[in-house]
Amino acid sequence: MAGPSSSAEAAAELASRPGHTNLQATLVRWLLITVSLTFLGALLAAPLAAVFATAIAKGWVAYFSAFGDPDTRAAIRLTLTTAAIVVPLNTVFGITAAWCISKFEFRGKSFLITLIDLPLAVSPVVSGLVYVLLFGLNGWFGAWLQEHEISIVYALPGIVLATMFVTFPYVARELIPLMQQLGNDEEEAAITLGAGGWFTFFRVTLPRIRWGLVYGVILCNARAMGEFGAVSVVSGNIRGLTTTMPLHIEILYNEYNFVGAFAVASMLSLLAVVTLIIKTLVERSTGYRRR
Amino acid sequence: MKFGAIKNLGQSEPSVIPGFGITLGFTTFFLCAIVLIPLAALVLKAAGMDWERFVAVITSPRALASYRLSFGASLVAATVNMVFGFALAWTLVRYDFPGRKFVDAIIDMPFALPTAVSGIALTTVFAANGWIGQYLEPQGIKVAYTWIGITVALTLIGMPFVVRTVQPALQEVQRDLEDAAETLGAGRFYVFRRIIVPTVLPALLTGFTLAFARAVGEYGSVIFIAGNMPMKTEITPLLIVIRLEEFDYAGAAALGCVMLAISFVMLLAINLLQVWGRKRMMVSR
Repeated sequence: MAGPSSSAEAAAELASRPGHTNLQATLVRWLLITVSLTFLGALLAAPLAAVFATAIAKGWVAYFSAFGDPDTRAAIRLTLTTAAIVVPLNTVFGITAAWCISKFEFRGKSFLITLIDLPLAVSPVVSGLVYVLLFGLNGWFGAWLQEHEISIVYALPGIVLATMFVTFPYVARELIPLMQQLGNDEEEAAITLGAGGWFTFFRVTLPRIRWGLVYGVILCNARAMGEFGAVSVVSGNIRGLTTTMPLHIEILYNEYNFVGAFAVASMLSLLAVVTLIIKTLVERSTGYRRR
Repeated sequence: MKFGAIKNLGQSEPSVIPGFGITLGFTTFFLCAIVLIPLAALVLKAAGMDWERFVAVITSPRALASYRLSFGASLVAATVNMVFGFALAWTLVRYDFPGRKFVDAIIDMPFALPTAVSGIALTTVFAANGWIGQYLEPQGIKVAYTWIGITVALTLIGMPFVVRTVQPALQEVQRDLEDAAETLGAGRFYVFRRIIVPTVLPALLTGFTLAFARAVGEYGSVIFIAGNMPMKTEITPLLIVIRLEEFDYAGAAALGCVMLAISFVMLLAINLLQVWGRKRMMVSR
């Protein structure tokens, strides 16, 4: 990212180029800025403002009482539970995969990277569908699961699995390029000097990748809490039981309970805003930037 | 040492760093359990159908209409993003204006914002009585509950892909080349066409493909604004959900396979574009 000073210089330089009137350059410049910002305003800023405006349209009392609804509370709890299971697991996976890929040379490595990225290319609906086909009543293990009275689909395990699928690559794909770029010299030195594997990871590797890790984890968390399509397919939408916050938004919205729907939506929007703030702070303070 | 021999199995260059076997094993196991086996189950389920029925399901008029809509709207959305995403990236890289850092930060908002939230928010804004919809409706432009609304939602979720791939490419454009060309008498448009476009073209196409790939499978932000009328405003992912709700698992699996095949094609296209882009970058240096 070019700093503001270099951009300012660039703009000044652009305006003072020979053969072109300053007026023309300035016109093009303001035209482009206006077009870009209008596009962003209509597409992003207006909807985001509408979330908060609709949520408090009937006053703050109505807004806060929306969170008193037991089903809404249950949805918030379910979302937090799901994220609390999914994010640590995918973080461990991400670190392990990144270690494996960045520290060693082996055949099929680029294929492995492609496979890890695969969930990003798959439609969320398909991500949920695969688990219904495996564990649903007519699925591969459906009969067996019913016999043993284990419910996966239309229950927490299914929601967790579907969420894991969609957030699977998030931590790994932040760490892999970062660790590849950092190289292995320091780890090799530590090991050669007699440090153990765990010691090397915690004292040598982790301090160097921590910002990338924070970055991956917060994005993974945002997606885990906000996932709609995949979870919607496996959840069965049992109100107060298997509805996460995004699914609860849909239920309230379809019941024309706009204050309720947008109140929950405003919480998720705040989560997104906080995620972006952390992400920006990480970038500003460390100069670290995703690819 | 026996253990050491096992540890380095499959490693083409032995390393002093420990943990190859365990990390590769864990990664592969997790990948298989969460991603590969479930996806294989989908393919197997569809393969279990007889061929005529499979073809009948995936070429039913309702399915065909949904492909047309999903592809058409995604194509329009990705194209809109290519134009405006380029303008945004250009603005952020080349110009300084009040709030530039803020704008740069919120570009990633669609990545972080849950799709259901963007869905209901866009519907509210673009409905006939919404902030923007109220000005479009008298012009005869209906956005919410039509294909235009679907395209708007797909544009929103694809936007950061284009901006974030074009931005670094624009920073790569060599300013001295531009200056040299201009000193030699080239017009601004000529410089744009002959220097800037060739440099950012691979990134622009990659961004386009990423936005398109994301849009084709998108569900959450679309279903609120789509109206979901069969044959008219029903996207393919929604049709899969409807089949599932009818407990037609085979039908859902067949359509899921079509979507999966599209994902693979997109993934391949993205990889090829990135390889091409890297090659071009190498040549130009």
